[in-house]
Amino acid sequence: MTSLISPATSDRAAKVMLWVSASISILTLLFILGYIVVQGLPVLTLSFLLESPRLSGAEGGILPAIVGTFCLMLVTLLSAVPIGIGAAIYLAEYAHEGAVTRIISFGVECLAGIPSIVIGLFGYAFLAIYLGFGFSILSGGLALMFMILPWIVRVSEESLKAVPSGLREASFALGATKWQTVSRVVLPTAIPGITTGVILGIGKAIGETAVIMFTAGSSLLMPTSLFDPVRALPYHLYILASEGISDKMAYGSSVVLLVMVLVINLAAVAIQRHYGRHHVRN
Amino acid sequence: MSEIEIESRNLDLWYGSAQALKEITMAMPEKKVTAIIGPSGCGKSTFIRCINRMNDLVKDCRITGELLFEGTNIYGNSVDAVELRKKIGMVFQKPNPFPMSIYDNVAYGPRVHGLRNREELDRIVEESLKASALWNEVGDILDRSAIDLSGGQQQRLCIARTLAVKPKVILFDEPCSALDPISTAKIEDLINTLKHDYTIVIVTHNMQQAARVSDHTAFFLLGELVEFGKTKQIFELPEKKSTEDYITGRFG
Repeated sequence: MTSLISPATSDRAAKVMLWVSASISILTLLFILGYIVVQGLPVLTLSFLLESPRLSGAEGGILPAIVGTFCLMLVTLLSAVPIGIGAAIYLAEYAHEGAVTRIISFGVECLAGIPSIVIGLFGYAFLAIYLGFGFSILSGGLALMFMILPWIVRVSEESLKAVPSGLREASFALGATKWQTVSRVVLPTAIPGITTGVILGIGKAIGETAVIMFTAGSSLLMPTSLFDPVRALPYHLYILASEGISDKMAYGSSVVLLVMVLVINLAAVAIQRHYGRHHVRN
Repeated sequence: MSEIEIESRNLDLWYGSAQALKEITMAMPEKKVTAIIGPSGCGKSTFIRCINRMNDLVKDCRITGELLFEGTNIYGNSVDAVELRKKIGMVFQKPNPFPMSIYDNVAYGPRVHGLRNREELDRIVEESLKASALWNEVGDILDRSAIDLSGGQQQRLCIARTLAVKPKVILFDEPCSALDPISTAKIEDLINTLKHDYTIVIVTHNMQQAARVSDHTAFFLLGELVEFGKTKQIFELPEKKSTEDYITGRFG
């Protein structure tokens, strides 16, 4: 039986359909970005960035939310990076493949699958109440750490495992110890990949609302210590929009949030470029 | 006859339940080149990796028998593999420079062993690169990434990196198999120079190379040492039939 459609026609049809799919993906992104920027741009002034909110955020600026977001990210980074990379080094370089590594990997996978609202509740019960950190930067930052830790562990582990074994052998053959080999050769070689993982994690954390509404609080005051509550940007815009305070201000906050994500991604590219100078060709 | 530097006595090696080396007994003299030849899978690389205990890194690898270096069994309880590898360096089949500058590659070993003095490091880097015949090509681009060098240059850099640790023995594990003929000739010249100061063991599947660079040759087949003797004798008057078959190209 011969097909009703000629191969040439189906070839053209496939090309058109794939082109349409690609276009829809790009256009959706551009539409969302464009809409938010157009809606948010009018409120974006220097005073919007540098002032505290008035009337629950209907007027004034969003400085405390920006500062709060930065503080949360800092706590998250400083806790998640050493723990995540440490765990990844253990899994990739030290642990023998076996029951223990499988259990740890399985645990990491499960942690990655926990809905963020559950992590928020756990953070509230454990960090805010049980450990007595209250609604604070510390509680929020650590809860976000729980959320992004699996990402960092998994990406770092993969980056470490991708380092050619010839480099490890060369280091050992020169009389280096295991730790010297890991810290001076393997880890620096894996840095570009690890950076990507960390950035992805932070990008996820910065837009997270469910985790921080139970842990970081919703104070619009400028924080003065780790134990002060803050309202992060995504939660601020959630409240602005859901409680009908000001759509205009919500869009303005969205633009600021998008720019922060963009800056984080650019930083990742810069770091990768820097470390990529000696990129290993194979 | 020079002193014996490395001596293998009844060395057996298993990967899991598969025996890869059987009763290897041979002695490698000081400041001579000993070549190990044989077809793929005969255990020659496995054997050379016993000498600096690289096989320690392989899971399920078990070794019995003795391997003496300067009269001490390196598989004895008191021997630290990390210390041993400072004295027995190794150059691998595929050039494996670290993704760092040329300078940092050569300085890696001394730094790992605690040297911080910049002038001393500069001196060692220059000496090592001169000894590996690379200084003229890279002396003024030491800050460049080692990855940008050609394959042959990378392999000479790996040799310089090994020399910088000041070993007594250098193991070459098929050092030219990834290189073009010109780069290969340079490495062979280098081995001929280095043997005045170092004991050299080289694994090669290139018989002409073994004939050109070595003083003694060992022929391995299926995990056993078939024949070991002066290179001239092995190539001109082999005692065993299988040695003759191999070097005349009848198999392998």
